Amino acid sequence: MKNNVIFKGWWLPLLLVAPQLIISAIFFFYPSGQAIWNSLFLPDPFGLKTEYVGLDNFTFLLSDSYYRASFLTTAIFSISVSVFSMGLGLYLAVLADRLIKGAGVYQTLLIWPYAVAPAIAGILWMFMFNGRIGLISWYLGLLGYDWNHALNSGEAMSLVVVASTWGRVSYNFLFFLAGLQAIPKSIIEAAAIDGANFWKRFRSIIFPLLSPISFFLLVVNIVYSFFETFGVIDIITAGGPEQSTTTLVYKIYADGFIGQDLGSSAAQSVILLVLVGLLTVFQFKYIERKVHY
Amino acid sequence: MAKINLKNLEKSYGKTKVLHDLSFDINEGELIVIVGPSGCGKSTLLRMVAGLEEVNAGSIFIDDKKVNDLEPMERNIAMVFQNYALYPHMTVFQNMSYALKILKIPKDEIYSRVQKAAEILELGELLERQPSQLSGGQRQRVAMGRAIVRNPAAFLFDEPLSNLDAKLRVQMRLEIKKLQTQLKTTSLYVTHDQVEAMTLADRMVVMNEGKVEHIGTPLEVYTKPKTLFTAQFIGSPAMNILECECKNGEIILSNGSTLKINTKHQGRANLGLRPEDFSIDENGPIKLKIELMELIGANTLFHCRLEKNNEPVVVSIPGVLENKYIGKSVGFSYDNSKIHLFAINSNQRIS
Repeated sequence: MKNNVIFKGWWLPLLLVAPQLIISAIFFFYPSGQAIWNSLFLPDPFGLKTEYVGLDNFTFLLSDSYYRASFLTTAIFSISVSVFSMGLGLYLAVLADRLIKGAGVYQTLLIWPYAVAPAIAGILWMFMFNGRIGLISWYLGLLGYDWNHALNSGEAMSLVVVASTWGRVSYNFLFFLAGLQAIPKSIIEAAAIDGANFWKRFRSIIFPLLSPISFFLLVVNIVYSFFETFGVIDIITAGGPEQSTTTLVYKIYADGFIGQDLGSSAAQSVILLVLVGLLTVFQFKYIERKVHY
Repeated sequence: MAKINLKNLEKSYGKTKVLHDLSFDINEGELIVIVGPSGCGKSTLLRMVAGLEEVNAGSIFIDDKKVNDLEPMERNIAMVFQNYALYPHMTVFQNMSYALKILKIPKDEIYSRVQKAAEILELGELLERQPSQLSGGQRQRVAMGRAIVRNPAAFLFDEPLSNLDAKLRVQMRLEIKKLQTQLKTTSLYVTHDQVEAMTLADRMVVMNEGKVEHIGTPLEVYTKPKTLFTAQFIGSPAMNILECECKNGEIILSNGSTLKINTKHQGRANLGLRPEDFSIDENGPIKLKIELMELIGANTLFHCRLEKNNEPVVVSIPGVLENKYIGKSVGFSYDNSKIHLFAINSNQRIS
């Protein structure tokens, strides 16, 4: 079947794609170009003049142990957030799918965290775990555990992971639930008659049939944890302690706007842009093969 | 092979009762067709036998073993679904071997059993295909294949042919019949299509509103329907039902026409006349006014009204007849040995 429409001139097709092109140009190509351009300069401490330094910003970054450490931090953070939020989302979706009564209430309640802005979610969790006034840290203290995420880097990382995951579970839950409900019931029944118990059905039938959704969520969650968790990190830990929760995107902000090193910040943006691009290409190329549509 | 006994089965969803005190037996190797209009509870009944629906009261026995509380997998039955329910991400081979793999049957035996089933169903060349690459009829065959590789105690069919086009349906109907006679596996087959029911069944169960109306061979059900519902449901075009009065071996229609019949019944009754048992006869006792004629090839349908009181009657006469009858009043006679009488209140057959 041929769906192509052949236009006679070139101005009409151009006009039709123009809105998309203009938006991309203003909000993507122009800032990206600016970032690349800025990454080649070193501004003076007062921001009055800049000096062309070529690729020095990049070479400096790659030799900076803090910058290299933030790659590892980002990897740990993104993988944890994606795995936990998808796993929990899937688990809750499976439970909700089996529910007959009260499913509506259950689903609505689970969707709420998604409506909470990341910064507010950050404040919420920060208060709960605050070393002096936090409710949960107080209970932990009663149990004999001295929680202090301002000093302990492991605790800081767990807290930002938990806070980011919490906001993300709803989104994953919604998609997984829709995916589960799209699987024809008779297929599950056929598998039950064929002798598969719940766990076996889940592994050999349900999970493979969910794979398009899982794949989509994987891509979206990784991009989310790379970029959109900035608010949570800024509120809860501000990248500390000892930069242990400084992810790549947080370092761009910290170096550029707190450290006033716009050149280095721009260079980091370029690296992050390339990294996320490569990661997405990789996912589509290698993981998508395992997806059954 | 197994026999299945259903004893006093009941099922309700909330306050709505969908099955009322239902009992019948399926003998070893028999193909029973449950037929009825949509919403009569036939699919629910089948799903209860499969273990996909809970039994509220009564019991189901498969080979004298009560299976009410057994999981579907423990009942050793196989089911063919209306939408086939093939696993879309598996090949035909994987679809057919799924149950065997779960039973941990050795690989070479799985292979030979699938091959054998594929041979019977002419699926040999399709084993590596995905369901999405198959036609409707082929998918149907794979669904059957998935059922037969397991050698189950019984097959359950849930309207397996209703997603196929008319021509394929006739062909698959024959194949199912052939397969079942060949394998002699006890089968329970649910359909709303009376032709399927008549052609496939060893015995058929006519259901309406959660109750059994008639159990019997297709011929019995057709020639001696036990209830008014069965009489009207089985047969196409449907049986004509007219009110009448019985008096001393004579049936007097509401317009005064009389038919002679050997019955002891006295008083009012419902008279059932099959459209195909009429014949045109100038001097016949039933005078009908022809409103419309339909030529459907092998026979001609007359849509008529009873003279004087306008009750609608459909008559089917073999062959193609000219349109000259439309608007005219024509005399018909009726084969008196094929008269059906039903009691007014109970709707039961009066012999």
